[in-house]
Amino acid sequence: MSMTVSEQKTMPSRAASTAAHLAKRHRVEKRFRFYGAAAIAFCFLAVIVLFASIVSKGYPAFLQTHVTLSVPLDEQVIDPAGTRLRNDLYIADYTKLARQALYTALDTGKDRASRKKAGQLLSRGVDVELRDLVLADPSLIGTTVEVSLTAADNVDALLKGAIDRNVPAASRQLDDQQLAWIDKLIAAGKIHKDFNWTLFTRGASSQPETAGLLVALIGSLYMMLTVTFLAVPFGVAGAIYLEEFAPRNKWTDLIEVNVNNLAAVPSIVYGLLGLAVFINAFGLPRSAPIVGGLVLSLMTLPTIIIATRAAVAAVPPSIKEAALGIGASKMQVIMHHVLPLAVPGILTGTIIGLVRALGETAPLLMIGMVAFVVDPPATPLEPATALPIQIYMWATSAERGFTALTGAATIILLLFSFAMNAVAIYLRRRFERRW
Amino acid sequence: MSEAFQTLVTPANPRILAERPVKMSARSVNVYYGEKHAIKNLSIDIPDRAVSAFIGPSGCGKSTFLRSINRMNDTIPSCRVSGDIVIDDKNVYDRDLDVVQLRAKVGMVFQKPNPFPKSIFENVAYGPRIHGIARTKSELEDIVVSSLRKAGLFEEVKDRLDHPGTGLSGGQQQRLCIARAIAVNPEVILMDEPCSALDPIATARIEELIDELRQNFCIIIVTHSMQQAARVSQLTAFFHLGTLVEFGDTDEMFTAPQEQRTQDYITGRFG
Repeated sequence: MSMTVSEQKTMPSRAASTAAHLAKRHRVEKRFRFYGAAAIAFCFLAVIVLFASIVSKGYPAFLQTHVTLSVPLDEQVIDPAGTRLRNDLYIADYTKLARQALYTALDTGKDRASRKKAGQLLSRGVDVELRDLVLADPSLIGTTVEVSLTAADNVDALLKGAIDRNVPAASRQLDDQQLAWIDKLIAAGKIHKDFNWTLFTRGASSQPETAGLLVALIGSLYMMLTVTFLAVPFGVAGAIYLEEFAPRNKWTDLIEVNVNNLAAVPSIVYGLLGLAVFINAFGLPRSAPIVGGLVLSLMTLPTIIIATRAAVAAVPPSIKEAALGIGASKMQVIMHHVLPLAVPGILTGTIIGLVRALGETAPLLMIGMVAFVVDPPATPLEPATALPIQIYMWATSAERGFTALTGAATIILLLFSFAMNAVAIYLRRRFERRW
Repeated sequence: MSEAFQTLVTPANPRILAERPVKMSARSVNVYYGEKHAIKNLSIDIPDRAVSAFIGPSGCGKSTFLRSINRMNDTIPSCRVSGDIVIDDKNVYDRDLDVVQLRAKVGMVFQKPNPFPKSIFENVAYGPRIHGIARTKSELEDIVVSSLRKAGLFEEVKDRLDHPGTGLSGGQQQRLCIARAIAVNPEVILMDEPCSALDPIATARIEELIDELRQNFCIIIVTHSMQQAARVSQLTAFFHLGTLVEFGDTDEMFTAPQEQRTQDYITGRFG
């Protein structure tokens, strides 16, 4: 009887302590889940803020202001001798023609000062636009053509709302007369915003309205090709050798440690290496995408080796045994079974390495790729820049228009990175097989 | 001791050995994993067209010896083999022997079903293809179909030969692996606990299959189940601590073992 009494006394308290303990466990789990969710929410917010700021800064650069003018292509100005030689057409004063057309449209009169102010409304690159038009079709000489010419940076800024009309005229980039002219052109429907093709068709320029990414895009493309054709085959072959053929001894251990260390070497060190070896020792040209590609290949190689080794090691040994067991040679086991199963992992690692190389800036600084290159390079041995380098150069330029261009170039770089990542995901899904 | 050992190799000449030609014989085989002496001075004669079962507690070396026969141990860097294993008067450890040819002649079925992540057809066709056995596509198809038939799988998969082999049930996968092994016309089939990952019904099917296959092949099966050894084999070899303790006709081994250790193991006193 006394036993039951004591049991009745202890039982509820034990149950109570168990309940308290349970409640505490649940609280801990809830708190942990909250921390995790909060961390993800914070990251998500950061990404949204980042993209919002880049896109809001960069999107105006995708549109460009043009002025439509009726330009009389006066033979006396372009080709007074009537030779129609390319050289003569090339050196003609097209700016004069464009400005004359503008003076007529604005009805400026003969006053030099007001003509100068009017001239500032057109981009300094309009001569190239007219020249290209004439060079493409010399029969236009003598006629009057209706052309859309690039407006000056300040006109562009005004139309995009970057110049405030309420600021006193003295501290405004456009004075009252110029504003009046612009309003006149707008009223006449002569000013319009189009997609900024210049961004993709021109190289470096000191004027934001004529600056483009073409040289950077070609340079980055050459470098990506170099990395793809150098680092990928060498990396994959090296990794397979290390994983499947190399004996396990202190030499291969040493190599393994070094490969892992190389993956952690700061990228600027590869730039120094490239400068010392490829440019100084081998005598390859400075600022050339081939050198950039070689440096980026060296930088990407360890990443590819590590990813490939991991992918190869993850192939189940039972599959290799099965193939060996029916008489496949080592090479057949690798080519028929190991590689196909490792392909998703290899591709993922490789593309992540390529994306890293695409966005890499520091090593390219060392080999002189920070360069003002106007003409697109025909071969990887000619000077070029790269996308991240172009972003860096535009970000350090003073003119207002370059801020938007920096944002636009960043958007394009990010789009390329996302596209490559998407390809990696697609390929992984495509080749993934279950076993 | 050595004399006793000698008599143990062919104890009182098993009847089966007297009736059938010897397919594989091992003499003084020693296997080392680094410092570990896994097989100690083992000699044995395995007859053709019969099932020989290797039994013994875990770590006794039966799988090690099995894997020495088709040189699968070559893939383990620390493994060293001495002695002679002779199949049809050919020493498998001869320098001039081609391992690829050996493994085509000595097929293997593993503990866990391990079909390739390819179609059922490709699983079976892979071996004939790499050995260049089939000259035409229709020949290859014939080999695949007959191998699947011999493995008792054809009726179940004939409508879905292009489906992945990994989508089959465990027992079907193991029969697919057997079909894959016999597609290259082996003479010896090594089976390393082929039923340990299967349920009793699938096990029964594999055992039936083994019984049919012994008409044409020399089969060596490693098993943890003494009932299985008793059911499928004609000869049983009992391994303990890296030595072959006793080898004889299965029915005699399980009814009247000559060695005390065999008796103890079979009656469940250890192992």
